[in-house]
Amino acid sequence: MVMNIKKFLAVILSTLFLIGVLAGCGSSATDSKQVSTNAKSSLEEIKKSGTIKIGVFSDKPPFGYVDANGKNQGFDVYIAKRLAKDLLGDESKVEFVLVEAASRVEFLQANKVDIILANFTVTDERKQKVDFANPYMKVALGVVSPTGEPITSVEQLKGKKLIVNKGTTAETYFTKNYPDIKLLKYDQNTEAFEALKDGRGAALAHDNTLLFAWARENAGFKVGIPTLGSLDTIAPAVKKGDKELLDWINTELENIGKENFIHKAYDATLKPAYGDSINPEDIVIEGGKLK
Amino acid sequence: MLNSGISVLVEGINLQRLLAGLFVTARIALISIVIGSVLGIMLGLIRTSKSKVVRFICRFYLEVFRIIPILVWMFIVYFGVTNMFNIHLSGELVALIIFSLWGAAEMSDIVRGAIESLPKHQIESGRALGLSFWGLYRYILIPQAIRRLLPGAINLSTRMVKTTSLVVMIGVIDVVKVGQQIIERSILKTPTASFWIYGLIFILYFIVCYPLAKLSKILETKWES
Repeated sequence: MVMNIKKFLAVILSTLFLIGVLAGCGSSATDSKQVSTNAKSSLEEIKKSGTIKIGVFSDKPPFGYVDANGKNQGFDVYIAKRLAKDLLGDESKVEFVLVEAASRVEFLQANKVDIILANFTVTDERKQKVDFANPYMKVALGVVSPTGEPITSVEQLKGKKLIVNKGTTAETYFTKNYPDIKLLKYDQNTEAFEALKDGRGAALAHDNTLLFAWARENAGFKVGIPTLGSLDTIAPAVKKGDKELLDWINTELENIGKENFIHKAYDATLKPAYGDSINPEDIVIEGGKLK
Repeated sequence: MLNSGISVLVEGINLQRLLAGLFVTARIALISIVIGSVLGIMLGLIRTSKSKVVRFICRFYLEVFRIIPILVWMFIVYFGVTNMFNIHLSGELVALIIFSLWGAAEMSDIVRGAIESLPKHQIESGRALGLSFWGLYRYILIPQAIRRLLPGAINLSTRMVKTTSLVVMIGVIDVVKVGQQIIERSILKTPTASFWIYGLIFILYFIVCYPLAKLSKILETKWES
């Protein structure tokens, strides 16, 4: 009995300790925010250090990945190099920090990176924690199906099985808007695509960009519904309150928009994956403004 | 079909990247196992103390590490603490700190368990022989306890090796992450790459963990006599 009371106390105290630590972090975040706005400007600091830290993905081709030779490649990386070149004079002055989807916000908040360029979809929830610059890309959901039995409208899916990935926008969208469509859920992209090939579902829903790339490599499948649901934009993000860097990125996007740079990035990185059947205007945003 | 996937392993410098990742994994795991064991043994001995306050503090330390997931600890230190004190700690250093402290906490419980499991007459006989406090530990308790704590300690070590795969969340690229990078990159062209990559990672983890198991076996037989 004595032991139990001790254990109970230990649990309570540990919980209190945890709350204390977390509260400490919370308040420190606001403190340091003030520090960073009062201290000298972020742009100056980046120029002084001589490198800009940009957070990119390491396993999400064709946006941000590491190739077989260990080099960072992809659409986001291509744009990141250009930002470094225009800010610091040389594209080798970028330091790539490899981030995970789940901790992108924290990397910014804790000053581990200056900019996140990791296929970061603009959402209201994220806007409260980080500041998004103007977008450079747009995404929507798509549905891919066998060419023999194409699914071209959501109505055709009634009473059939649709393959989705757990935790993606596709899952949320269909659960919320079409609760009567049966979903077959998988953890990994590989599993989901294998399931479609095996015919375990009539179609597969995912980000349309990924589907375009996949359908190109896999004969016998086509993206029957190229856009579905709300159109989301993808933008660079900076730490909340870092207005100077944010403004610089927006001006930069405008400037490189004049030479159609995002289209160039598309041709160099996304076109090889998507092929000619896709209109780049469906994906890229030039100059930071949605048309 | 499966044969085409194996070529992914030797494409470019993929194999070197995987081995470099394994080196990161092994370095974090082994250093923290050593630091954790040393700290843990000291803490375990302290935990057999008669003072309630001392016991409570040690117990509290253990529970804090047991209850709060390692991932949360890494986030607290990597993103929270470094921000609070305005310092920069690399992801790997944070991983080393957290894994060492976690190892020490768990190890202290194994050590305490081993010492307390020794029959009481061992202590009493030791005292009857006129051994001092330190002599009692040095000649009677510790040699016997070490043999009893070995299986638990090895179990903890292999657990630590495997848990290092969490470090990717604070930006450290370990062997599992390199594997995922390669798999995702080849998902369109060679969907079977995952089979070969994970197969290789399985073997690599085995190479790290098996010597630990072997070492425990050798020590156990050696100390049996």
